[in-house]
Amino acid sequence: MESLPFVAELIISALLVSGGFFSLVGALGLSRLPDFYARLHGPTKATTLGVGSVVIASMMYFTLKTGEVAIAEVLVTLFLFLTAPVSANMLAKAAMHHQVKCMKDTRGQPWSQ
Amino acid sequence: MMTIALYITLALVGVAVLLNVYRLVQGPDAPDRILALDTLYINGIALVILLDLVLGTRLYLEVALLMAVMGFVGTVAMAKYLKRGSVIE
Repeated sequence: MESLPFVAELIISALLVSGGFFSLVGALGLSRLPDFYARLHGPTKATTLGVGSVVIASMMYFTLKTGEVAIAEVLVTLFLFLTAPVSANMLAKAAMHHQVKCMKDTRGQPWSQ
Repeated sequence: MMTIALYITLALVGVAVLLNVYRLVQGPDAPDRILALDTLYINGIALVILLDLVLGTRLYLEVALLMAVMGFVGTVAMAKYLKRGSVIE
């Protein structure tokens, strides 16, 4: 990688590491939380904050490196932002249809009413 | 400094992928596995963008975009199949 001004490198590094951290937090939530409906929360962090930070870092790097504005990465983030709630909703509906077991102290079970 | 941050990020996302694979293998129900696949392709997009940064090109941006589109279609198809029993009625 080419060297950039120090402040730019600092911001890009912070964005990259925070993106990786949020991806890891999302995966930890996915693997450690007790039931499916709780696990559905984890990947939201990986989508919005993880990929979002990495994409912004990539945009900054290529904009500063080539001198022209790198805008095409926004499409990836935009598409992920638009589709993540839809797929999460469909997964929750499928799990409710299959009556996936939930935690002991969950209040209310909409599929049994 | 940026190179070190890049490799730290690659390691973090790699551990995230391993945890997703754990849920994919372990997951007690079918929706868990679909959710693990969903997270897996999102982390794959992050890995592809990081590969772009490592190589210093923007060649693989289209790969990331196609992964986003096709991953969403796959997730919706599998969830629809679980709910309805068929993908297209």
